[in-house]
Amino acid sequence: MTTPFAAAQPGFWFSVGVIAAVVLSSTIGEVLTAAAMKSIGDLDAIRARAGLKGAIRAVVTCPLFYAGLTFLALAFFSLLFTLNHLNLSLAGPATASLTLVTNAVAAKLFLKENVDRRRWTAAVLVCIGVYFLAH
Amino acid sequence: MTHQRLLPRQYLILGLVSICTPLGDSCLSRGMTNMPPISLAHPAALIGAVFTPWIALGIGFLICFFASYLTALSWADLTFVLPATAMGNVFVALLSRFWLHETISLQRWIGVVLITVGVGFVAQGPSLTERPTAEDPALDEAALVKERL
Repeated sequence: MTTPFAAAQPGFWFSVGVIAAVVLSSTIGEVLTAAAMKSIGDLDAIRARAGLKGAIRAVVTCPLFYAGLTFLALAFFSLLFTLNHLNLSLAGPATASLTLVTNAVAAKLFLKENVDRRRWTAAVLVCIGVYFLAH
Repeated sequence: MTHQRLLPRQYLILGLVSICTPLGDSCLSRGMTNMPPISLAHPAALIGAVFTPWIALGIGFLICFFASYLTALSWADLTFVLPATAMGNVFVALLSRFWLHETISLQRWIGVVLITVGVGFVAQGPSLTERPTAEDPALDEAALVKERL
Protein backbone atom coordinates (compact mmCIF):
# COMPACT_ATOMS: atom_id res chain seq x y z
CA MET A 1 0.00 0.00 0.00
CA THR A 2 1.40 3.42 -0.88
CA THR A 3 0.85 6.40 1.32
CA PRO A 4 -0.78 9.50 -0.16
CA PHE A 5 2.10 11.70 0.99
CA ALA A 6 5.55 10.29 0.29
CA ALA A 7 8.14 12.05 2.51
CA ALA A 8 11.79 12.52 1.53
CA GLN A 9 14.19 10.01 3.14
CA PRO A 10 15.40 11.60 6.42
CA GLY A 11 19.14 11.84 7.21
CA PHE A 12 20.97 9.60 9.70
CA TRP A 13 21.53 12.30 12.35
CA PHE A 14 17.95 13.52 12.02
CA SER A 15 16.73 9.95 12.67
CA VAL A 16 19.09 9.61 15.66
CA GLY A 17 17.93 12.99 17.01
CA VAL A 18 14.19 12.30 16.86
CA ILE A 19 14.58 8.78 18.30
CA ALA A 20 16.80 10.16 21.11
CA ALA A 21 14.16 12.82 21.89
CA VAL A 22 11.48 10.13 22.24
CA VAL A 23 13.71 7.88 24.38
CA LEU A 24 14.86 10.71 26.70
CA SER A 25 11.42 12.24 27.28
CA SER A 26 9.86 8.79 27.67
CA THR A 27 12.46 7.68 30.24
CA ILE A 28 12.08 10.85 32.35
CA GLY A 29 8.28 10.56 32.13
CA GLU A 30 8.20 6.88 33.10
CA VAL A 31 10.58 7.30 36.04
CA LEU A 32 8.57 10.29 37.38
CA THR A 33 5.28 8.40 36.90
CA ALA A 34 6.66 5.29 38.63
CA ALA A 35 7.87 7.47 41.54
CA ALA A 36 4.41 9.07 41.74
CA MET A 37 2.61 5.71 41.79
CA LYS A 38 4.96 4.34 44.46
CA SER A 39 4.28 7.41 46.61
CA ILE A 40 0.51 6.89 46.21
CA GLY A 41 0.56 3.16 47.06
CA ASP A 42 -1.35 0.12 45.77
CA LEU A 43 -4.23 1.44 43.63
CA ASP A 44 -6.16 -1.82 44.00
CA ALA A 45 -6.08 -1.43 47.79
CA ILE A 46 -7.10 2.24 47.55
CA ARG A 47 -9.98 1.31 45.23
CA ALA A 48 -11.14 -1.41 47.64
CA ARG A 49 -11.06 1.10 50.51
CA ALA A 50 -12.28 4.33 48.86
CA GLY A 51 -13.82 3.20 45.56
CA LEU A 52 -12.85 4.12 41.99
CA LYS A 53 -13.34 7.84 42.70
CA GLY A 54 -10.96 7.59 45.65
CA ALA A 55 -8.34 5.87 43.48
CA ILE A 56 -8.68 8.51 40.74
CA ARG A 57 -8.50 11.30 43.36
CA ALA A 58 -5.33 9.76 44.83
CA VAL A 59 -3.69 9.87 41.39
CA VAL A 60 -4.85 13.31 40.22
CA THR A 61 -3.88 15.03 43.49
CA CYS A 62 -0.25 13.85 43.27
CA PRO A 63 1.98 16.66 41.86
CA LEU A 64 4.70 14.20 40.79
CA PHE A 65 2.14 12.48 38.55
CA TYR A 66 1.68 15.71 36.56
CA ALA A 67 5.44 16.08 36.12
CA GLY A 68 5.55 12.53 34.71
CA LEU A 69 2.49 13.15 32.57
CA THR A 70 4.09 16.27 31.07
CA PHE A 71 7.16 14.34 29.94
CA LEU A 72 5.04 11.41 28.70
CA ALA A 73 2.96 13.88 26.65
CA LEU A 74 6.21 15.30 25.28
CA ALA A 75 7.30 11.74 24.41
CA PHE A 76 3.94 11.11 22.72
CA PHE A 77 4.16 14.19 20.49
CA SER A 78 7.82 13.40 19.75
CA LEU A 79 6.67 9.91 18.69
CA LEU A 80 3.95 11.37 16.46
CA PHE A 81 6.57 13.64 14.86
CA THR A 82 8.95 10.67 14.49
CA LEU A 83 6.26 8.45 12.90
CA ASN A 84 5.54 11.26 10.46
CA HIS A 85 9.15 11.07 9.20
CA LEU A 86 10.34 7.50 9.92
CA ASN A 87 8.72 4.10 9.35
CA LEU A 88 7.04 2.38 12.29
CA SER A 89 9.29 -0.65 11.65
CA LEU A 90 12.31 1.54 12.53
CA ALA A 91 10.89 4.03 15.04
CA GLY A 92 8.79 1.50 17.02
CA PRO A 93 11.47 -1.09 17.87
CA ALA A 94 14.28 1.50 18.19
CA THR A 95 12.41 3.60 20.75
CA ALA A 96 10.95 0.54 22.55
CA SER A 97 14.23 -1.33 22.94
CA LEU A 98 16.36 1.72 23.83
CA THR A 99 13.77 2.90 26.36
CA LEU A 100 13.97 -0.50 28.09
CA VAL A 101 17.70 -0.10 28.70
CA THR A 102 17.60 3.60 29.69
CA ASN A 103 14.69 2.88 32.04
CA ALA A 104 16.57 0.03 33.74
CA VAL A 105 19.52 2.40 34.35
CA ALA A 106 17.26 5.25 35.51
CA ALA A 107 15.21 2.94 37.78
CA LYS A 108 18.39 1.75 39.48
CA LEU A 109 19.83 5.27 39.85
CA PHE A 110 16.75 7.31 40.74
CA LEU A 111 14.10 4.87 42.01
CA LYS A 112 16.68 2.70 43.83
CA GLU A 113 15.05 -0.43 42.40
CA ASN A 114 16.87 -3.69 42.87
CA VAL A 115 17.83 -4.25 39.22
CA ASP A 116 19.51 -7.60 39.75
CA ARG A 117 21.17 -9.88 37.19
CA ARG A 118 17.79 -11.45 36.35
CA ARG A 119 16.30 -8.07 35.37
CA TRP A 120 19.37 -6.96 33.41
CA THR A 121 19.31 -10.26 31.50
CA ALA A 122 15.60 -9.81 30.79
CA ALA A 123 16.12 -6.21 29.59
CA VAL A 124 18.90 -7.30 27.22
CA LEU A 125 16.94 -10.36 25.94
CA VAL A 126 13.83 -8.26 25.29
CA CYS A 127 15.95 -5.55 23.65
CA ILE A 128 17.56 -8.05 21.23
CA GLY A 129 14.18 -9.76 20.70
CA VAL A 130 12.53 -6.48 19.69
CA TYR A 131 15.40 -5.84 17.25
CA PHE A 132 14.98 -9.31 15.68
CA LEU A 133 11.21 -8.90 15.43
CA ALA A 134 11.63 -5.65 13.53
CA HIS A 135 14.09 -6.97 10.94
CA MET B 1 13.81 -8.82 48.07
CA THR B 2 11.08 -11.29 48.88
CA HIS B 3 9.18 -13.12 46.19
CA GLN B 4 5.67 -11.71 45.80
CA ARG B 5 3.27 -13.81 43.73
CA LEU B 6 0.98 -11.88 41.45
CA LEU B 7 -2.78 -12.41 41.60
CA PRO B 8 -4.70 -13.45 38.42
CA ARG B 9 -6.21 -9.92 38.36
CA GLN B 10 -2.70 -8.44 38.31
CA TYR B 11 -1.69 -10.72 35.41
CA LEU B 12 -4.81 -9.44 33.59
CA ILE B 13 -3.65 -5.84 34.13
CA LEU B 14 -0.19 -6.72 32.71
CA GLY B 15 -1.95 -8.39 29.74
CA LEU B 16 -3.89 -5.19 29.05
CA VAL B 17 -0.64 -3.20 29.25
CA SER B 18 0.85 -5.52 26.59
CA ILE B 19 -2.09 -5.64 24.18
CA CYS B 20 -3.18 -1.99 24.17
CA THR B 21 0.27 -0.65 23.20
CA PRO B 22 0.68 -2.36 19.77
CA LEU B 23 -2.98 -1.71 18.91
CA GLY B 24 -2.58 1.98 19.78
CA ASP B 25 0.76 2.33 17.98
CA SER B 26 -0.64 0.67 14.82
CA CYS B 27 -3.59 3.09 14.75
CA LEU B 28 -1.25 6.06 15.28
CA SER B 29 1.05 4.87 12.51
CA ARG B 30 -1.84 4.44 10.08
CA GLY B 31 -3.19 7.88 10.97
CA MET B 32 0.15 9.68 10.73
CA THR B 33 1.24 8.11 7.42
CA ASN B 34 -2.00 9.35 5.87
CA MET B 35 -1.12 12.93 6.83
CA PRO B 36 1.14 15.35 4.97
CA PRO B 37 4.68 15.72 6.43
CA ILE B 38 4.64 17.96 9.51
CA SER B 39 7.56 20.34 10.01
CA LEU B 40 8.90 21.72 13.30
CA ALA B 41 7.92 25.18 12.04
CA HIS B 42 4.22 24.24 12.31
CA PRO B 43 3.89 22.14 15.51
CA ALA B 44 0.17 23.07 15.79
CA ALA B 45 -0.50 20.58 12.98
CA LEU B 46 0.29 17.81 15.51
CA ILE B 47 -2.61 19.01 17.67
CA GLY B 48 -4.93 18.86 14.63
CA ALA B 49 -3.81 15.27 14.00
CA VAL B 50 -5.30 14.23 17.37
CA PHE B 51 -8.85 14.71 16.01
CA THR B 52 -8.49 12.41 12.98
CA PRO B 53 -10.29 9.00 13.37
CA TRP B 54 -7.26 6.68 13.37
CA ILE B 55 -5.27 8.89 15.75
CA ALA B 56 -8.33 9.24 18.03
CA LEU B 57 -8.78 5.43 18.10
CA GLY B 58 -5.04 5.04 18.80
CA ILE B 59 -5.33 7.51 21.67
CA GLY B 60 -8.31 5.50 23.04
CA PHE B 61 -6.14 2.36 23.17
CA LEU B 62 -3.27 4.32 24.70
CA ILE B 63 -5.56 5.73 27.44
CA CYS B 64 -6.57 2.12 28.24
CA PHE B 65 -2.86 1.22 28.29
CA PHE B 66 -2.05 4.17 30.57
CA ALA B 67 -4.74 3.29 33.13
CA SER B 68 -3.49 -0.33 33.29
CA TYR B 69 0.12 0.85 33.36
CA LEU B 70 -0.47 3.20 36.32
CA THR B 71 -2.26 0.43 38.21
CA ALA B 72 0.63 -1.99 37.54
CA LEU B 73 3.21 0.60 38.65
CA SER B 74 1.38 1.02 41.96
CA TRP B 75 2.18 -2.59 42.96
CA ALA B 76 5.24 -3.49 40.86
CA ASP B 77 8.65 -2.07 39.96
CA LEU B 78 9.18 -0.15 36.72
CA THR B 79 11.80 -2.73 35.67
CA PHE B 80 9.21 -5.49 36.23
CA VAL B 81 6.37 -3.80 34.30
CA LEU B 82 8.37 -2.58 31.29
CA PRO B 83 9.39 -5.99 29.85
CA ALA B 84 5.70 -6.96 30.00
CA THR B 85 4.94 -4.17 27.54
CA ALA B 86 7.27 -5.87 25.03
CA MET B 87 5.01 -8.94 25.05
CA GLY B 88 2.72 -6.88 22.82
CA ASN B 89 5.16 -7.46 19.94
CA VAL B 90 4.84 -11.20 20.52
CA PHE B 91 1.03 -11.00 20.45
CA VAL B 92 1.18 -9.10 17.15
CA ALA B 93 3.52 -11.73 15.62
CA LEU B 94 1.32 -14.62 16.82
CA LEU B 95 -1.86 -12.93 15.55
CA SER B 96 -0.19 -12.31 12.17
CA ARG B 97 0.79 -15.97 11.91
CA PHE B 98 -2.32 -17.76 13.17
CA TRP B 99 -5.12 -15.27 12.37
CA LEU B 100 -3.89 -13.46 9.25
CA HIS B 101 -1.86 -16.52 8.09
CA GLU B 102 1.16 -14.32 7.31
CA THR B 103 4.60 -15.89 6.98
CA ILE B 104 6.90 -15.15 9.92
CA SER B 105 10.63 -15.42 9.17
CA LEU B 106 13.00 -17.46 11.37
CA GLN B 107 14.56 -14.21 12.60
CA ARG B 108 11.18 -13.00 13.85
CA TRP B 109 10.51 -16.34 15.60
CA ILE B 110 13.88 -15.91 17.34
CA GLY B 111 12.71 -12.44 18.40
CA VAL B 112 9.45 -13.90 19.76
CA VAL B 113 11.36 -16.55 21.74
CA LEU B 114 13.87 -14.02 23.15
CA ILE B 115 11.13 -11.65 24.34
CA THR B 116 9.12 -14.50 25.84
CA VAL B 117 12.18 -15.85 27.67
CA GLY B 118 13.07 -12.31 28.85
CA VAL B 119 9.58 -11.65 30.20
CA GLY B 120 9.52 -15.13 31.77
CA PHE B 121 12.82 -14.32 33.50
CA VAL B 122 11.38 -11.19 35.10
CA ALA B 123 8.03 -12.79 35.93
CA GLN B 124 9.80 -15.54 37.90
CA GLY B 125 11.39 -12.95 40.16
CA PRO B 126 9.93 -10.55 42.70
CA SER B 127 7.61 -7.85 41.38
CA LEU B 128 8.53 -5.20 43.92
CA THR B 129 11.74 -4.07 45.62
CA GLU B 130 11.24 -4.39 49.35
CA ARG B 131 11.85 -1.13 51.22
CA PRO B 132 12.87 -1.18 54.88
CA THR B 133 10.09 0.21 57.08
CA ALA B 134 10.20 1.86 60.50
CA GLU B 135 8.63 -1.30 62.00
CA ASP B 136 11.34 -3.48 60.50
CA PRO B 137 12.86 -5.55 63.38
CA ALA B 138 16.24 -5.48 61.65
CA LEU B 139 16.16 -1.67 61.74
CA ASP B 140 15.16 -1.67 65.42
CA GLU B 141 18.10 -3.92 66.19
CA ALA B 142 20.44 -1.66 64.23
CA ALA B 143 19.13 1.37 66.15
CA LEU B 144 19.73 -0.44 69.46
CA VAL B 145 23.30 -1.30 68.48
CA LYS B 146 23.88 2.33 67.46
CA GLU B 147 22.46 3.52 70.78
CA ARG B 148 24.76 1.19 72.73
CA LEU B 149 27.78 2.53 70.84
